[in-house]
Amino acid sequence: MSGANHSHVEQPASFVFTPEYLARAQRIIAKYPPGRQASAVLPLLDLAQRQHHNWLPRAAMDYIAGLLDMAPIRVYEVATFYSMFNLAPVGKWFLQVCTTTPCWLRGSDEVMAACERKLGIKGQQDASFLHSADGQFTVREVECLGACVNAPIIQVNDDFYEDLDGPLTEKLIDALRSGQVPPKGSMKGRQHSMPEGGRTSLTEFAAKTGAGED
Amino acid sequence: MPKVTIDGETIEVPAGITVLQACEIAGAEVPRFCYHERLSVAGNCRMCLVEMEKSPKPVASCAMPVAEGQVIKTDTPLVKKARNGVMEFLLINHPLDCPICDQGGECDLQDQAMSYGKDSSRYHENKRAVADKEIGPLVKTTMTRCIHCTRCIRFSTEVAGNEELGAVFRGEHMEVDTYVEKALTSELSGNIVDLCPVGALTSKPYAFTARPWELRKTESIDVFDALGASIRVDARGGEVLLVLPRLNEETNEEWIGDKSRHAVDGLKRQRLDRPYLRKDGKLQPVSWAEALTAAAAKLKGVPASRIGAIAGDLADAESVAALKDILAGLGVANLDCRQDGAKIDPANRASWLFNSTVQGIEDADAILLIGANPRWESPVLNARIRKRYRAGGVKIAAIGPQLDLRYKYEYLGAGPTTLADVASGKNAFFETLKNAQKPMLIIGMGALARADGAAVLALAGELAAKAGVVKDGWNGFNVLNTAAGRVGALELGFVPGTNGRDVAGIVDGAGKGEIDVVYLLGADEIDTSKLGKAFVIYQGHHGDKGAHRADLVLPGAAYTEKNATYVNVEGRAQHARIAVFPPGEAKEDWKILRALSDALSAKLPYDTLSQLRARLAKASPVFAEIETAHPAATLGAPGKAGNVDPAAFVSPIDNYYMTDPISRASATMAECTRVYVKGEAPRTGTHG
Amino acid sequence: MLQDKDRIFTNLYADGDWGLKGAMARGDWDGTKDILAKGRDWIIKEVQDSGLRGRGGAGFPTGMKWSFMPKKSDGRPHYLVVNADESEPGTCKDREILRHDPHKLVEGCLIAGFAMGANAAYIYVRGEFYNEASNLERAVQQAYDAKLLGDDACGSGWKFDVFVHRGAGAYICGEETALIESLEGKKGQPRLKPPFPAGVGLYGCPTTVNNVESIAVAPTIIRRGAAWFAGIGRPKNSGTKLFCISGHVNKPCTVEEAMSIPLKELIEKHCGGVRGGWDNLLAVIPGGSSVPALPKSICDTVLMDFDALREHRSGLGTAAVIVMDKSTDIVKAIARLSRFYMHESCGQCTPCREGTGWLYRVMQRMVKGQADLSEIDMLEEVTRQIEGHTICALGDAAAWPVQGLIRNFRPHMEQRIRDYKAALTAQAAE
Repeated sequence: MSGANHSHVEQPASFVFTPEYLARAQRIIAKYPPGRQASAVLPLLDLAQRQHHNWLPRAAMDYIAGLLDMAPIRVYEVATFYSMFNLAPVGKWFLQVCTTTPCWLRGSDEVMAACERKLGIKGQQDASFLHSADGQFTVREVECLGACVNAPIIQVNDDFYEDLDGPLTEKLIDALRSGQVPPKGSMKGRQHSMPEGGRTSLTEFAAKTGAGED
Repeated sequence: MPKVTIDGETIEVPAGITVLQACEIAGAEVPRFCYHERLSVAGNCRMCLVEMEKSPKPVASCAMPVAEGQVIKTDTPLVKKARNGVMEFLLINHPLDCPICDQGGECDLQDQAMSYGKDSSRYHENKRAVADKEIGPLVKTTMTRCIHCTRCIRFSTEVAGNEELGAVFRGEHMEVDTYVEKALTSELSGNIVDLCPVGALTSKPYAFTARPWELRKTESIDVFDALGASIRVDARGGEVLLVLPRLNEETNEEWIGDKSRHAVDGLKRQRLDRPYLRKDGKLQPVSWAEALTAAAAKLKGVPASRIGAIAGDLADAESVAALKDILAGLGVANLDCRQDGAKIDPANRASWLFNSTVQGIEDADAILLIGANPRWESPVLNARIRKRYRAGGVKIAAIGPQLDLRYKYEYLGAGPTTLADVASGKNAFFETLKNAQKPMLIIGMGALARADGAAVLALAGELAAKAGVVKDGWNGFNVLNTAAGRVGALELGFVPGTNGRDVAGIVDGAGKGEIDVVYLLGADEIDTSKLGKAFVIYQGHHGDKGAHRADLVLPGAAYTEKNATYVNVEGRAQHARIAVFPPGEAKEDWKILRALSDALSAKLPYDTLSQLRARLAKASPVFAEIETAHPAATLGAPGKAGNVDPAAFVSPIDNYYMTDPISRASATMAECTRVYVKGEAPRTGTHG
Repeated sequence: MLQDKDRIFTNLYADGDWGLKGAMARGDWDGTKDILAKGRDWIIKEVQDSGLRGRGGAGFPTGMKWSFMPKKSDGRPHYLVVNADESEPGTCKDREILRHDPHKLVEGCLIAGFAMGANAAYIYVRGEFYNEASNLERAVQQAYDAKLLGDDACGSGWKFDVFVHRGAGAYICGEETALIESLEGKKGQPRLKPPFPAGVGLYGCPTTVNNVESIAVAPTIIRRGAAWFAGIGRPKNSGTKLFCISGHVNKPCTVEEAMSIPLKELIEKHCGGVRGGWDNLLAVIPGGSSVPALPKSICDTVLMDFDALREHRSGLGTAAVIVMDKSTDIVKAIARLSRFYMHESCGQCTPCREGTGWLYRVMQRMVKGQADLSEIDMLEEVTRQIEGHTICALGDAAAWPVQGLIRNFRPHMEQRIRDYKAALTAQAAE
């Protein structure tokens, strides 16, 4: 339901999946029993958004309605109900700043303020989507992202940046702008959700630190 | 049958019903906004909360199935408090614009607020404003008033089958909308105005016209198709302002088509309000006496074989009988009521009736549409087919035009060749019909109103016989007439007598100079340009095609202006009732004919409506037993076997919104034609 | 106090490999075939005996829930649906399972699914957890490749599929029937009950919806025995539990601890204490945003389990502990939650659609004190008008934090209103 001003958005006339995306779509549809292809509507809208610069044009909704044999209105309902569908263009870097209570208690006000300072987005008319002048960044206040012990956090496109404060937020924005995308996760270098400064449990497992699968 | 206790009284109720329905049986009134008998249960308005023993929370009675031993209370302080709370929530964002709201006086929210509302608000925040939606020429939206009950969405999705309305966005931003600003593409869209419990959806053509208490309400029958829907005609002074559906499980449930509802502005335009006689090539107003004398002179002045009479689609049974009696007196055999030339077999009742009855559709397990477009030929009947479709376990197929009928069907082919294949068993749908418990054929005028119609009818009869469409207790052989007056006229035998001419013969004869006088009883659907030099008497209510060609105009009454009998597709005779008087000097049609008989010195043997109706009852049992379907018991051998033309079946209706003199005179129907048939953009604003 | 040997989620902090190899080294997928060989009833009994209560918030006994599934199929397939739509503010425990220990969940799906006669599980992961869902999908693929899933899962002869389904941003999809609706490709609007999912769930088939943690602990419970799990924590509140402690503690973290651990011990042992010391504590929301906040006096001694917190008119919920020290504007903290519920209301039921916005707007004024004292009672009444009057519990969840605020922190609110009035009077006097 993102993008209150969607009706004023310039919409592309048509949309189709590229062969690669279509193949992915078909793999997704195959997850559901025959005749239940409508189940794929969320993942397919997400795919369409990924193919289309992180926003979802109406033509894509219609296209997916056709692909899944759904009435277009049912797809519109879905696309406007879920908050992750951007109904208007967003910048290359889409910053979703969590400001729900757990993040707010840990300083999400400073994170927002840093975004406003760095990106010149204070006082913009559209309250939910704030765009930097160069169009590279879009900032949106969002509800709880589910990483509360690493609060405050910003989701940048698909990745969470955690344990932020004002200066770290500025650093993050600078890094993104310069193309030096920092590794996702804690900006303080903390190990995931472990207490900062050292573990209080799982001490016998400490030796293997860092051996991630990838 | 479970026993439940409601407000202290223990009653037995049918299993499978809801607590709300049980409360109704027990006589306990339960307020509701979202619940509607004919729609799926949404349970979202929360107004119907009741107390249920062992449930810690009040339950939504509309969504709770009854169960043995349930103890329900509808009148406790807890219930009252819960409903008061819901009412307050409904009102906080509802505008206080009742004085300018068209729903005022018939608003469920207004009514319930009397019982559950407060006289002042403690909501001090800003009210929500919602942008109105443009959804076509018939439904006006004031979306700030919407209480999100979703009845309109459920009606469109479930009953009408135009999945175009939805609730987009979420939470307090949820809005009922098409999302893409489009006119609803449904012939049943007006029903959502009736369903809307508040003033969010109101009638666009009727906007700001009148208040409900100003209106005189008359129970009547719809004539815009042959279903014979039960309607209520609301009038103020001499003007019909509204037509609304009445409940009738056997025909229309509680729906009517948009034309039936909205063509009535056509009753005010192009009316014939005095007699006219063509003098010096121009129609001149004359007195009734002069008009009738002229008519009598013409009719008496030529041999009976040089007279023809055609009963039109909106002709009532009384006037058809009276005209037939006059013609009989004159010895005229050239008479017909099948303007479209449909080769209905006058000797076979099964060939003009919907023999399974309309309700019978709900029992069918295989349906074959033959040359029919029920969506346009009778949208409410089509909704019944959709209802059957949604219930599951039915196979539907069609031969004829390939259309969006609002349900899925197997398309078999375009014309008689395919029908022959089904009849011969070459097409697999034959087996489907044969194996069905209650197979059904629905034969449209598109299959019969053609030169080979009798052969097509015979083919359908052959199929019916082979596939067991007519069996013990079941007659699934259905003909879907499109004209409200047709079945009544057929029951009365308004068809060519011995060696008489049918419609084509009359028109052809007039063109060739073999017919000198043509009597058109509201017949506007023939090609009047081909009537040659014949003297044309037009009796009817609108200055449409017939009147334009006429040499003599006898102004009659429209269906809202007379007490008249119409027989629906099932052979169900029903009475339309006078809601307003005919305009000017126009008269009820049977009375015109009765007066004409006087002028002919061949006085008809009935002076009153009841005497005339006794005459009808003698002609056919259909008229003796009003409001009862009279399907044919047997099929016989309808039609006449012969060669068929492989040409595709074509529905006789090319524009649902304009099918008769009334709808052709309607500005609202003109706008619908512009938007829906020509595909132009709707006019925005409320005065379009 | 829980010892490491009794911890289930030993890769909570990604100390090791989250993939199949690492998981097997940690004991996952060990003898799964033998477990299945013991049969459905045995598995369900074991889970029932362990005392495991649902970890998604409501605390319904997990084994009992499984037992509600029809014993025999009437021709319709059975489904296990895993609720990984973790969205309750304060809660971030399932995230760790999804990204660092996904095989526990995948194996749990097989065991739980088998126990309820299901051949397929759908795991509904909140859309924002893109990377978490990616790890899970990899884990599922690894399990297929190792023939732990598929037509003959673990060589048991039982066909079992696991599908990962991503949501797209809607808290309400954490409600089980909304989740099912969403999984069917619709808006996440909760369904009317009855019928319940065990009778008519996903695609109209018998379905059980379980939280990630409930499913992920099942294999370990079965391997170590019901008695082991039941022996941790207080009776009826047994087992280990992932706690997420956020807010004003020195070291916020997620940690696995014993049920019934005292709140104070949890905070002091694992989180470095409350910022500024225990006496600087103002309030704690002990179980995610939906449960009422507790004042310090209760926090001093309260145990972290279902029954203890319920006795104090709050709840364990998701065991997401949100700590607020004395610097907190508690009215604003709760007002922010009211905004959350307004934003997340699906819009279906009148009381929630209209009431959550009303609550938030009044709360906004309460933050400033721009209200009348009598409006505190009105606010309380409005919460009562929402509570218990809606299809799902989101209305209740919106009501309870405000009720908790009024019950426990009314003097704060009154003072705010008096201060605002005084400031106005002073301004007028100038």
